[in-house]
Amino acid sequence: MAKNTPDTHAHDHGHGHGAGHNYLNHEKGLWSWLTSLDHKRIGIMYFITVMLFFLVGGLAALTIRTELFSANRLVDGQTTGAVVTASQYTRLMTYHGAIMVFLVIIPGIPAFLGNFFLPLQIGAKDVAFPRLNLLSWYCLLGGAGLAVASMFYGGADTGWTFYTPYSISLSKAVVLLVSGAFVGGFSSILTGLNFVATVHKLRAPGMTMNRIPLFVWALYSTAILQVLATPVLAITLLLIAMENVFQIGFFDPALGGDPVLFQHFFWFYSHPAVYIMILPAFGVISELIAAFSRKTIFGYTAIAYSSIAIAAVSFFVWGHHMFVSGQSEIAGVVFSAITMLVGVPTAIKVFNWVATLHKASINLASPMLYAMGFMFLFTIGGVTGIFLATTALDTHFHDTYFVVAHFHYVMVGGTLMAIMGGIYYWFPKMFGKMVNEVMAQASFFFIFVGFNVTFFPQFVLGAKGMPRRYYDYLPVFEPLNRMSTIGSYMIGTGFVIALIAVIHALLSKQEPVGDNPWGAKTLEWTTTSPPPHDNFEKTPIVTAGPYEYR
Amino acid sequence: MWLFQLLNSAFAHANSDTFMPPAATEIASHVDQIYVFLLWSSLISFVLLIGGMIWFVIKYKRRTASDKTAYITHNHTLEFLWSFIPFCIFIFSFAWGWIVFHQMRSMPENALEIHVVAKKWDWRFIYKNGREIVAGVDDQGNKTPATMVVPMGRPVKLIMASEKVNPASNEDPKDRPVLHSFFVPAFRTKQDIVPGRYTTLWFQATELGTFNVFCAEYCGDGHYAMRAAIKVVKPEEYEEWLSGEAAGAGGGLSLAEQGKQLYLSRACVGCHSLNGSAGAGPTWKGIFGHDVATNKGTVKVDENYIRESILEPNAQVVSGFQGGVMPSYSGQLKEEEINALIEFIKTVK
Repeated sequence: MAKNTPDTHAHDHGHGHGAGHNYLNHEKGLWSWLTSLDHKRIGIMYFITVMLFFLVGGLAALTIRTELFSANRLVDGQTTGAVVTASQYTRLMTYHGAIMVFLVIIPGIPAFLGNFFLPLQIGAKDVAFPRLNLLSWYCLLGGAGLAVASMFYGGADTGWTFYTPYSISLSKAVVLLVSGAFVGGFSSILTGLNFVATVHKLRAPGMTMNRIPLFVWALYSTAILQVLATPVLAITLLLIAMENVFQIGFFDPALGGDPVLFQHFFWFYSHPAVYIMILPAFGVISELIAAFSRKTIFGYTAIAYSSIAIAAVSFFVWGHHMFVSGQSEIAGVVFSAITMLVGVPTAIKVFNWVATLHKASINLASPMLYAMGFMFLFTIGGVTGIFLATTALDTHFHDTYFVVAHFHYVMVGGTLMAIMGGIYYWFPKMFGKMVNEVMAQASFFFIFVGFNVTFFPQFVLGAKGMPRRYYDYLPVFEPLNRMSTIGSYMIGTGFVIALIAVIHALLSKQEPVGDNPWGAKTLEWTTTSPPPHDNFEKTPIVTAGPYEYR
Repeated sequence: MWLFQLLNSAFAHANSDTFMPPAATEIASHVDQIYVFLLWSSLISFVLLIGGMIWFVIKYKRRTASDKTAYITHNHTLEFLWSFIPFCIFIFSFAWGWIVFHQMRSMPENALEIHVVAKKWDWRFIYKNGREIVAGVDDQGNKTPATMVVPMGRPVKLIMASEKVNPASNEDPKDRPVLHSFFVPAFRTKQDIVPGRYTTLWFQATELGTFNVFCAEYCGDGHYAMRAAIKVVKPEEYEEWLSGEAAGAGGGLSLAEQGKQLYLSRACVGCHSLNGSAGAGPTWKGIFGHDVATNKGTVKVDENYIRESILEPNAQVVSGFQGGVMPSYSGQLKEEEINALIEFIKTVK
């Protein structure tokens, strides 16, 4: 366990606790970062890598939207309106999805913000297994490396879902990309394992399970999903690789396999994965709402246990991705009913957050703006989920832009807004500096408005019947696609502003921000900003819940 | 049920301006009624929730740096209500969806059957009389999608299969059949086409006109261009159209007649009788649509079972007959030849 490792103890005595000593200047040089076992430094390494992947996935998205700005037309024998070819488009779409899901949204909150703040929030010196923590970062890097390698073998064009039998075609690129997701998956498993052990074993004295912050509850529920679901994906991807390399028939009927079986395996992981992506965001939002309302959270127990409930039920809903796949009517109906049940704990959380605002003292600083934006967008994502869970309606909406809009409202409107809010909220703790508030609010404005301009028209496109993964479309769909593309440029502008704001803050000379600039109550705000190598000068003793604003 | 009928009529005329395409079947209008119900429920919930949030943000804006706030941890009544009310709406939506979904999935008897063959990246439609519809090219050289002609007011059942890109090639994995999905927005219906078996879909058009068909399951670079059309005409016009023009690949023979020729030429006749007498294999007389006992349990003889028995004869062998006798016809028959044999077996009563 971390607190007993000789390494940590040596530093305890080896360095003084003088002013300005913190985890950032604890050791110097690139090598000290690449071999660091400090959860805070590993969190920052995840921050940098995830943001790099986000840049790549984002540029792919902007290229896709640029292609879709106009319907392609034949004018005097020349095609106009095309920016890329159909085969470039299908690759862009595949890498956009695979990068954003496996390398950005899944590690985004747990491995970056979670790594940094979970030990701090429970009063621990580090995670339970610091070496596994570092290994998890190298797994993600290895997975990303394989994904990059696949681009040099023609690139995979299967979509991020790797549906068989299309993905079974002796393609080296597909084998490399699924291997990348396989290796990257271990990053997720190791992080989950670490968090479960850390929450159970390393809580500070007095930090009972009913006193851990809701962010920790959310990460804990996520960790259970990561540990239980990700291995199923790993096995499935391994089967795909073997079928491609050795032509063993698992999923391709031409080899004696069953393509629908793949869909069952894939969604058995990938539906819980949706909650791996969104549950941590719920945790961030709970922290933001409490801190910026300066009020105890309404329904702590309901929010904490609804995370566990969502995690449990999410294992039994995968078939709602397959209502028209050829699975039986009764299977579709059962999955539809269970899916409706998952909607209830999700709704409970949103109601609790709004109820917290009642009789509060609300500070509309940029992190809170993101929390409000989250509620707005996630609610739209949530209610459209009910449309899609209804079998008869999903028969129409399945594989149309309605689904694309729905999951972007949840994944981007939900998770990404939470990441952004979390970054602005915890930035002073991580780096001891404040982000310029005007720039932070400007980035919010562009991202929030741009997001709605991009994705709301896609609900309409889907309802009208435009299928997803289309390189080109009927001219009747053009006006809404144009609007969507313009919106995507606004989102891009918003993220550029956010990047400038972060770099500007890091380079700026500022007065020290103090331990607790937002006046929040959780433990990470009791230590210095940035925190020392061992997190706390003295192990904190906890005597009350996390949101005691009285 | 009366409740759903009541709702059906309540939302029957609310379909305009809801972003859905025109509804051209009765089921499509049922789907739209659920959609409109959910649209209004969502809108009301959204306005209440987000409106409440904005109102609180304005009303309880921080005034001084040391504001005191109320210490409210929970409220059981409120929490029960906001769990129970969404639960009821969700379960209601589920149940209503199920009822309409069940209609979509219950194949009507005596439907007009049309075979659909999908491949990368085009559609073919084959009628019982052997007529085959494929994509065409107009005077300017633009592709015109394959257009299925169906009579208004009559149930149509599609029996759909996915085929190889190049039926002659056995080697290139890129030639193998992949998933497609038959999607008709105006009918609000969609069904994946799964290689290795038949899937079915039915509709009964209530409007005249031509409606888009899209492939909705990603199938590669040409996925976006994999379009077809359904032209709904008056029943008498349909009969005229069907008998009017010379048939396609079948040389003027109906599917069942082509099947009979295959029955003779591909040596089925050696083992399968048409008169009820047993040979090395079961007789075809009256076998279609009936249950038979096999070494894997009782099986209903439908399109999928016959297809499997042609391509993988030893998968489920009828009791009383020996496995391993019949060779596999996998790779030897084209999709339309398998269709033709099935149509022929249907006629042997």
